[in-house]
Amino acid sequence: MSTGFSLFVILGTLGTLVVITALLLLNRKVTNPGQTTGHEFDGIEEYDNPLPAWWFWGFLLSIAFALGYLIYYPGLGNFKGLSGWTSAGQLAQQQAEAEERYGPVFAQYREIPVHELATIPAAMRMGQRLFANNCAQCHGSAGTGAPGFPNLTDNEWQWGNSAEQIAQTLNNGRQAVMPAWSGVVNAIGIRNLTEYVMQLSGREAVSDQAQAGQQEYNRLCAACHGADGSGQPMLGAPDLTNNIWLYGGSREQITDVLRHGRNGQMPGFAGRLDENRLHILNAYVQSLSTQ
Amino acid sequence: MTNSRLAPPVYNYKVVHQFALATVLWGIVGMAVGVLIAAQLAWPALNFDTAWLSYGRLRPLHTNGVIFAFGGSALMATSLFIVQRTCGARLISDGLASFVFWGWQSIIVLAVITLPMGMTTSKEYAELEWPISILIAVVWVAYAILFFGTIAKRQQKHIYVANWFFAAFIIAVAILHIVNNLAVPVTLTKSYSIYAGTVDAMVQWWWGHNAVGFFLTAGFLGIMYYFVPKQAGRPIYSYRLSVVHFWALIAIYVWAGPHHLHYSALPDWTQNLGMAMSIILLAPSWGGMINGIMTLSGAWDKLRTDPILKFLVVSLSFYGMSTFEGPMLSIKSVNALSHFTDWTVGHVHAGALGWVAMISIGAIYHLIPLMYGRKAGEMYSIKLIDLHFWLATIGTVLYIVSMWVNGLMQGLMWRAVNSDGTLTYSFVETVVASYPGYVVRFIGGGIFLGGMLVMAWNIWRTWQVTREELATGILPAQEALA
Repeated sequence: MSTGFSLFVILGTLGTLVVITALLLLNRKVTNPGQTTGHEFDGIEEYDNPLPAWWFWGFLLSIAFALGYLIYYPGLGNFKGLSGWTSAGQLAQQQAEAEERYGPVFAQYREIPVHELATIPAAMRMGQRLFANNCAQCHGSAGTGAPGFPNLTDNEWQWGNSAEQIAQTLNNGRQAVMPAWSGVVNAIGIRNLTEYVMQLSGREAVSDQAQAGQQEYNRLCAACHGADGSGQPMLGAPDLTNNIWLYGGSREQITDVLRHGRNGQMPGFAGRLDENRLHILNAYVQSLSTQ
Repeated sequence: MTNSRLAPPVYNYKVVHQFALATVLWGIVGMAVGVLIAAQLAWPALNFDTAWLSYGRLRPLHTNGVIFAFGGSALMATSLFIVQRTCGARLISDGLASFVFWGWQSIIVLAVITLPMGMTTSKEYAELEWPISILIAVVWVAYAILFFGTIAKRQQKHIYVANWFFAAFIIAVAILHIVNNLAVPVTLTKSYSIYAGTVDAMVQWWWGHNAVGFFLTAGFLGIMYYFVPKQAGRPIYSYRLSVVHFWALIAIYVWAGPHHLHYSALPDWTQNLGMAMSIILLAPSWGGMINGIMTLSGAWDKLRTDPILKFLVVSLSFYGMSTFEGPMLSIKSVNALSHFTDWTVGHVHAGALGWVAMISIGAIYHLIPLMYGRKAGEMYSIKLIDLHFWLATIGTVLYIVSMWVNGLMQGLMWRAVNSDGTLTYSFVETVVASYPGYVVRFIGGGIFLGGMLVMAWNIWRTWQVTREELATGILPAQEALA
């Protein structure tokens, strides 16, 4: 803040406190305690009683406290306060203290490989808590997902399930982009594609439309989802043959995805959780799908 | 000629009567919506999968309904009553008075229509979109002209303390409302605030906290300063105290807004300054409570027989309690526990039900019989006022205690950690644990609403009895139905 505004804040604050203090001190004494003031309004009179002493001193005490507080902590414009306290500094200090206390609890599992860690109950209880605090908001407290948020308990892995692939997902997040085709393919083409996708997942489809759709599929979709529709974890392109659907598997839902596309986003946690915690979380996520 | 000898017809009681009835009507409507949304929090199926019946749409309707429709009508009824009686002067214009009444009612009706439709600025307690905001400003200025015009032509040399509080409330709310609602209209029903980000948040809570400070505190202290001495038949305890706490209150309240934004993107210095000023605010707030309660010394025996006085005294107790709780909650380390929990909701309702509603109810019971030419407080049934008093008190206590329990529990559950430093509870577990508190809160709110229905019946019967007495000649006709 500019020096001028800082001065404005300081003078405004101290000026207010001085005026309030003066207001109290100058009104301490009254002339006729126990008598009325002589005013009368619609039959209401007023006693000329003094300020109650406990209230008067309590008021001054609160002003003194506020003044002390504003000298010790930042509050008066650019004046930093004698303590040097900042909220960012307090946060950093508390985080450092927490890390000192809790860091070793997680670090002890760092060298154990993910697939082995997934069988250690104590580590998985910690993983479950990390999951509940960081992942359950989208993936559900049991990891069973929700429309648009993958189910982690099945065997469909959009981005792969090797320890390295899951670490990549957890650390840096994932951006999945299914393009919108409504500007490229006409309504009949979308309908045909829908039938072919129905057929790919082993469900009943209108065969001549599916046949026409296959040509469109090879032209537009196969590059990501593969010629056989089995998906491509490198690109996050889901397997279309296993009847597991991130955005719903009904005809209408598939048509909608084809028309409008989808943008899936998994946030990266590298900045929020350290490697040791992510390592345990990795094992926990692995353990979910083998249950 | 002292004003107490002026016969009632000299004053404009029509607008007072209208606003008094509107107070009861909007009290019932606003509180009924509150009870419904309280039920929705306990039993979400009551949202009925219908957008305009959902919690998010109805919650601002409840807050606007009880603060501005119920509270606003109570303030206008009482301030226009008090300013006439304590100045010994009729309102400057009957036409302007009618405009203020019908203008304010149309604002309320527009709110009832637009808020469930989802039209909102999304700024708390300032949700109404820009055309309605402008209408509020126009009606408010008319109200200010009516009030200050009447002050100007007073027969008294001095201005009574109740009128200082109403004056501060009218001026401050006008400034706060206009500054916070500055926005760029995009369509007739959508606008965007001219402030951005943290500045927007700070301006919003400068308004939000002073809606509490000037609308719900200063205004209602104005009510207190007339009806407590009047109903108790005692002089105000200390003129000096009223001077000091008035100036201190209005000088300090405007600084306290940042305590709503502790541990946010608001700069550290602003948060700390807001907290320091909030702590100082305790004493000026309590000045009003002390003056009200001490006014009763020498008349405590009246509490046994006068339920109207009970309403006024208990409202002052709840006022003292919630203005103690407020500065405590503004302390950053307390706020770290309480913020975002139901404790805040309980605190607000200790003020809203215990203070604002109960003092308004007491005042309305005092003045409604005067509108029918009866004596002050001479309602159809004193027993029903007593019943209302107990319903209101029990309802308020159930409400705030359940929210204290929920708030502390939520705050403690949110910060509980396991031996590995992970959070012990996920958010939904705290929601599940809050269920019993939500049910108790619903019951408390329902009981309070029940009291309002008793009040409506009592007023209706008072009017009927007056008509019967007029017909049989018990009550002289020229004094009645002024």
